[in-house]
Amino acid sequence: MEKMDKPLTKNIRPDLAFATVADYESTGGYQGLRKAIRELQPKEVQQWVKDSGLRGRGGAGFSTGLKWSLVPMSDSANDSPHPNRYVIVNADEMEPGTFKDRLLMEKDPHQLIEGIILTAYAIQAGAAYIFLRGEYHLAAQRLDNALLEAQSKGYLGEHILNSEFNLKIYLHTSAGRYICGEETALINALEGKRANPRAKPPHPVVSGLWGKPTVVNNVETLCNVPHILNYGVQWFKELALGADTGTKLFGASGRVKRPGLWELPMGIPIREIIEEHAGGMQDGYKLRGFLPGGASTDFLLPEHLDVAADFEAVAQAGSRLGTGTMVILDDQTCPVQMVLNLEEFFAQESCGWCTPCRDGLPWTVTLLRDIINGRGRIEDLDILAGLVRMMGPGNTFCALAPGAMEPLQSALKYFREDFERYMVGNKLLEAD
Amino acid sequence: MAIIEIDGNHYEAPEGQSLLSVCLSFGLNLPYFCWHPAMGSVGACRQCAIIQYHNAEDKKGRLVMACMTPVADAMRISIDDNQARRFRRENIELLMINHPHDCPVCEEGGECHLQDMTVMSGHTVRRYRGQKRTHANQYLGPFINHEMNRCIACYRCVRFYDDYAGGKDLQVFGMHNNVYFGRFDEGALENEFSGNLVEVCPTGVFTDRTFSARYARKWDLQTAPSICIHCGLGCNTAPGERYGQLRRIVNRYNGDVNGYFLCDRGRFGYDFVNSSERIRKPLLDNRTEITQQAAEQHFRTLFQTAKGVIGIGSPRASLEANFALRALVGEENFFPGFNDTEQTLLSTIFTLLRNGGIHTPSLREVEQADAVLILGEDVTHSAPRLALSLRQSARNAAFELARRMKILPWQDAAVRELKTQTQSPVFIASARATRLDDIATNIFHGSPEDIARLGFVIAHCLDNQAPAPESMSDAEKALATTIAAELKQAKCPLVVSGTSCSSLAVIQAAYNIAKALPSKDKQLTFAVPECNSLGLAIMRGGRLQQAFERINEGLADSVIILENDLYRRAPSQKVDLFLNSAAHVVVIDSLENETAKHAELLLPAATFAESEGTLVNNEVRAQRYFPVYAATEPVHGSWQWLTGAMENPEWHHHDGLTAACADAFPDLAAIEQVAPGADYRFKGSKIPRQPDRYSGRTAMFANINVREPPPPQDLETPFSFSMEGVTAQVPPALLPVIRAPGWNSNQAINQFEEGVEGHLRGGDAGIRLIEASGTLPWFNDIPPAFKAEQGQWRIVLLPHIFGSEELSLHSPPIAERQPGHYALLNPLDAQALGAKNGDQMEISDSTEAPVITLPVQIEKTLPRGLLGLTGVLPKNLQMNNSDHVTLKKVAEETENHPEIYL
Repeated sequence: MEKMDKPLTKNIRPDLAFATVADYESTGGYQGLRKAIRELQPKEVQQWVKDSGLRGRGGAGFSTGLKWSLVPMSDSANDSPHPNRYVIVNADEMEPGTFKDRLLMEKDPHQLIEGIILTAYAIQAGAAYIFLRGEYHLAAQRLDNALLEAQSKGYLGEHILNSEFNLKIYLHTSAGRYICGEETALINALEGKRANPRAKPPHPVVSGLWGKPTVVNNVETLCNVPHILNYGVQWFKELALGADTGTKLFGASGRVKRPGLWELPMGIPIREIIEEHAGGMQDGYKLRGFLPGGASTDFLLPEHLDVAADFEAVAQAGSRLGTGTMVILDDQTCPVQMVLNLEEFFAQESCGWCTPCRDGLPWTVTLLRDIINGRGRIEDLDILAGLVRMMGPGNTFCALAPGAMEPLQSALKYFREDFERYMVGNKLLEAD
Repeated sequence: MAIIEIDGNHYEAPEGQSLLSVCLSFGLNLPYFCWHPAMGSVGACRQCAIIQYHNAEDKKGRLVMACMTPVADAMRISIDDNQARRFRRENIELLMINHPHDCPVCEEGGECHLQDMTVMSGHTVRRYRGQKRTHANQYLGPFINHEMNRCIACYRCVRFYDDYAGGKDLQVFGMHNNVYFGRFDEGALENEFSGNLVEVCPTGVFTDRTFSARYARKWDLQTAPSICIHCGLGCNTAPGERYGQLRRIVNRYNGDVNGYFLCDRGRFGYDFVNSSERIRKPLLDNRTEITQQAAEQHFRTLFQTAKGVIGIGSPRASLEANFALRALVGEENFFPGFNDTEQTLLSTIFTLLRNGGIHTPSLREVEQADAVLILGEDVTHSAPRLALSLRQSARNAAFELARRMKILPWQDAAVRELKTQTQSPVFIASARATRLDDIATNIFHGSPEDIARLGFVIAHCLDNQAPAPESMSDAEKALATTIAAELKQAKCPLVVSGTSCSSLAVIQAAYNIAKALPSKDKQLTFAVPECNSLGLAIMRGGRLQQAFERINEGLADSVIILENDLYRRAPSQKVDLFLNSAAHVVVIDSLENETAKHAELLLPAATFAESEGTLVNNEVRAQRYFPVYAATEPVHGSWQWLTGAMENPEWHHHDGLTAACADAFPDLAAIEQVAPGADYRFKGSKIPRQPDRYSGRTAMFANINVREPPPPQDLETPFSFSMEGVTAQVPPALLPVIRAPGWNSNQAINQFEEGVEGHLRGGDAGIRLIEASGTLPWFNDIPPAFKAEQGQWRIVLLPHIFGSEELSLHSPPIAERQPGHYALLNPLDAQALGAKNGDQMEISDSTEAPVITLPVQIEKTLPRGLLGLTGVLPKNLQMNNSDHVTLKKVAEETENHPEIYL
């Protein structure tokens, strides 16, 4: 079997609109599933994924295998209150600057489906839901077709590959809202409730959809699973360059020469992504900073270009790997306006459940607008810093507001002069 | 028990409880909004932030929400830490960004949880300079005002209304800082417990509309502990008065009975007290006003010259008033004043509760039931607050599942999520759809006979010694088997029945089921119609028909009628004959009614708000109500009029009367201990009814007389009509107003409970008079199955929360919500009669004489052969449950509102 260094995107080729089931099978598709169902117990599949070191690609980077192992697996109806378990695919890709899952679903839908089936097998779930961003029409269409193909091929439905394992996969297109990407808000939305997040504990692995044990994984995360089963744990580990394992879709948007998306080893230096794959900055622009993993991550500066793109290294540099899709800030774009743009999005998308997020984000927006419109006061920067503290991790109900504060807090740290520049000429400032 | 350290002090707390609730129990000031003792924690408002330390060495700690953090042994936390204080202060600042600065004109002011918490958290200076977002308000019906701009989005309204009370029409709309709590369209809130929004809302979004009409601050209201008189449950209330007007009712916590919540009839039904229909002066022959002295003289003379006096008491008057009447006329001449059928039902119920050997639960105990069977009651309409408790009991299976999944019971959203998997069984047998159907596992619709038969079959399935009907359908048998199996499994099964069906068989079947249940913690409860129905059942006495005969046959010539409109109890022809045959009719009542019009001497009675007395609820719990304000002369408590007519009364004060009543009936022996007597003093003074900030005392009547009048004296109760006195250590159950330093809203109750959601310190109000003992034989009088007869319909009267109770209907907001008058028919019956919705249907009695014409309403859940009647029927029209009538369609649907012809 040919070893490959781009398992996730191998079927994404200029000559192929998208991979059909035949295309997918021709490059080793559904081999991981065959192997798992014929040779491995569910617990063993969990163990393989745990051993592979695969971490969630949705942004938080939690160990996928560990998450699965937290699902109560007792099957006896008498001593278990859980007759059903569920797998949910978080395909509600809404993070500003992020467009990686879309590519995976549009171009190679069977890769995701095989990942779902394997996950469901690993936790012995009877049903899985793909919670898809409503605007992803093409992905919806191709997933729908692919589900029918998989069904007709015996990969889905009753007695999968002649085993005792049954699975139904439902495609649910979301009615919208960024907060649905938060896994518990997603579950509420799927149940037809308001998309407010839920308190944890209990975690979804214990009480998720309809109060049943539920695993929620990101699209890209699940796309890795078939290859881990097919090519093995060691191979998966060796794909990466640093402490993390596997490959990752990295992206770049902003004033770079070639904005785009590339599958690269985990741990690749960020400089390589921006300067080689994205082609460096457009002529006449200099790199001022970048959000390494979507809108809700802290700015990093050019001095951080040699940081390895993996979870630990980026965290040590003061940000988060997040979704791995970078938003580039150039020297001719105002960081304050960029932050305002982001905060307007987050303030709009707050679900309205907890006080700091519901009322703190709009205030943040008001303050930033005041600053940009020349009505700012120097003490507003203290208020903004206070709001950053208020909406810190653990203080709000979910991670939306802390995420929203990450670009703001790093902008206040790195680009304070840009904020202060707006105050020049402001009478209040002169009076000081 | 765990030992936890809070700011250096050690406390003992139950492991697994939420930290917020234990902090409040310790009397510590920790602000909160979204948490509610009856509704648990959701972690939305982020107001109860504290610092939790990792271990003994940890100096920094981390910020956690107390409401979401379980108590664990050796836990160290700080409320006072600067970081936590700053977070709480700034959180309030955020909440207040859009909150209007309208406290001076806001009705919540002075009892506003948001005000209290803002002061507690120390937020003083506003830094936000932007515009406030504004909302449009909605018309929500006659009970509740809506002022959405004040909303701080704590979500308690929807959590109460939808999650706790089962409402559907109050929702949260929108998102981010534009969340909106209201209805999809304007209109009256449909849920029967909407009034609790006034108290659940921490600020002035939902306020009492009936109070708005004549508003006063909480500190300006005179208040006394009271008992709701609008049904048989005896919820505890705190009515407030100013300027001689009763202005509102709020909940008074009783850990055994109503807890934190009242129904809308109890909360908004009070306005009859202020009604223009009140009898304010003694009246002779229905036209001549006379003085009090003249009235007393007339009463005594009449009594001395009469040739036999009988007394008709009332299940809506106190034990004491009834006993005074009984003492005045003599035991053999006393009649409790029930409708005859009802008297049979109530005396049976009392016998079952007393001698049946099955525990009858308090509302708190109802909430613990893990399987419920409701036999023949639409509880929401006959005993509304009980329905709210039954709704909670359906959650017990989810609590049990949560326990197994290690989810703590106060994790509200997480436990509610399990509701989709499991709920405790609730079975409902009724004539038609009820308001609890949404929590029902199985529903049976049938005539009262069929409901009783189902009950007998269930009892037989549980215990084959219980008699079974000779024949029953397979469907009935299957349903009964299912119900019996679920009830049998339950640890704490509850059978609910009552008088609504007017069927003895239904009540007896309910007892058979309870008797047949194997669990030792089984419970049996009955909904009874009036506030003192069971008190009068204990007192006993002849039937109304016998009273009528006494007069009609000349065995007596005079009657004293105590707070009772006989036209609501017996057919009008009979009452007419009776009242016309009596030589002298004395009526003591508070509101004009048909009976009062026949009085030779009409004496103005004080209402519950102006007098004192003891009532016995459906749980046989005796509770005392006290006058909120002094009755305006010559209005007096009924007991005072009756005592005044005695030559040598055995008592001169209410306490003496209560003692005499207790002496006369062994079952009432404990009523003296229900509350302290008039000689009760705390630190040398009586308990003040007026808060210490009561304003305008010297000025409020200056337009009448510039001299400051002395306050009225209260010789009958432990309370004074004054603001002077100490309340700090008074037992909470006797406190007129619940308030604590820093806690001006009703949320202050957490400072008076033994553990949140517990009992009041020093005990909840009221005493259970009896505990069930013994056992009774099986009832075996099983009615034949109901058969719809060609051309005949059997009447079922459908009770309604806003329509069935006499006094509350004299409160305009309640009257506005009363249901229309309709004749309900099964779709097939309607089809057979050629009738559609709105067509006029003429109803004729068994002699084929037309009685009334009503518009048809097709009700698909009503069985064939039954005619359901809604609304308040005209006073002199008597239609009883089980009467048979004939129907004829007389007109097509008209565009005008349907009218009633007699």
